Amino acid sequence: MLNPLLILIRRDLRLAVRQGMDSMMALVFFVLAVVLFPFGVGPEANVLARIAAGVIWVAALLASMLALERLFQADYEDGSLELLVLAPVPMEVVVAAKIAAHWLTTGLPLMAAAPLLAVLLGMEAGGFAGLLAALALGTPSLSLIGAVGAALILGSRRGGVLLSLLILPLYIPVLIFGVAAVDAAAGGYALQPHLLVLTGLLLAALALAPWAAAAALRQAVE
Amino acid sequence: MTDFVGRQLVCVRGGRVVFADLGFRVEAGGALVLAGPNGSGKSSLLRLMAGLAHPAGGVLAWGGEDVAGDPATHRARVHYVGHLDAVKPDLTVAENLVFWAALRGGSDGAGARTRTALEAFGIPHLADVPGRYLSAGQRRRLNLARILAAPAPLWLLDEPKTALDTDAAGRVDAAVASHRAEGGMVVMSMHGGSLPEGAVVLDLAAFNAGLEAVGC
Repeated sequence: MLNPLLILIRRDLRLAVRQGMDSMMALVFFVLAVVLFPFGVGPEANVLARIAAGVIWVAALLASMLALERLFQADYEDGSLELLVLAPVPMEVVVAAKIAAHWLTTGLPLMAAAPLLAVLLGMEAGGFAGLLAALALGTPSLSLIGAVGAALILGSRRGGVLLSLLILPLYIPVLIFGVAAVDAAAGGYALQPHLLVLTGLLLAALALAPWAAAAALRQAVE
Repeated sequence: MTDFVGRQLVCVRGGRVVFADLGFRVEAGGALVLAGPNGSGKSSLLRLMAGLAHPAGGVLAWGGEDVAGDPATHRARVHYVGHLDAVKPDLTVAENLVFWAALRGGSDGAGARTRTALEAFGIPHLADVPGRYLSAGQRRRLNLARILAAPAPLWLLDEPKTALDTDAAGRVDAAVASHRAEGGMVVMSMHGGSLPEGAVVLDLAAFNAGLEAVGC
């Protein structure tokens, strides 16, 4: 079971590398969206430091959603999805591999860029650990939940809009506890409760999302 | 002896009955050719056989056992070639093929199996060419090479010779013949062309007739 998982992840990563700019788009969008805020809100350092966590998290949600629309779409259009459904590998494993590849190509770069953006917005130094820990636990949940939406929109026109309507409400718990973790860390309060909730959300998504997405994909090819 | 049998199959698409009360039987080493006009359900029947779609009625059985009871085992014995060639434009021909060969047959020896399969379809010289530069016929050859790169007993080919030149069409016939000689089964839809030796022809038009009258 592990071998097919690695084969699938390697293929998706290789595709992401070959497509170059396509896979960098989420990261570029993330940086641009955050950089716009000081222009819009004004250079008041206190205000920016106060909203830094929220801005970074909201931008991360939207950026991670950008790449989701294509998660299964390309395979659906060129017939690969049918063959993946027919492969002697459980569909849940295929979905898990695609989610892992999505996180490695979007979630991980977002995590790497987030501290720089936090510096830009003048976030309290104490908040950095909270931000990284919260993103490390939160972004995989975003990829997992998003995959269910990406599987459901296959075959529909204007899938991108539909995807945001389906997925953004489900992202709200991750957003709330992600921002709360950073604020708690910056304010010197206990970080642990928020991280435990984020872990709980991640485990729940891990347990449910691959099965839900696999069921949606089987429907899509029928 | 292993056989693949369909009994009283009913296919419904978009609320319309495509065919009803359809039966067939393929034995090890046998070939079944699906004939019939456009829209008579050749592709739909192949998708039912593959397990991509589910029959509205009737049974598909492999060696006497209903395939719906163990879909995972059935998937492992099926190779399906549909209308779409599943070629990734950003991967080279060899990378495309190695992926499917490794996913179905394991990573061990996937490279060697890939080379043999490319040679069987006359495209070893394209191994390092990205999928985006292939012509329609070359993409089809690559898709057909996929079924040689990992063995499976049942081949389901949906108009495999579309876009192929005479050389490639001959290679398809040769691959089908050697697969059958090893005890494999082939079900293919085709329009005209020469039938594989000893093939049974199933005319789907016979199962469409009279459906309107029954009020389906």
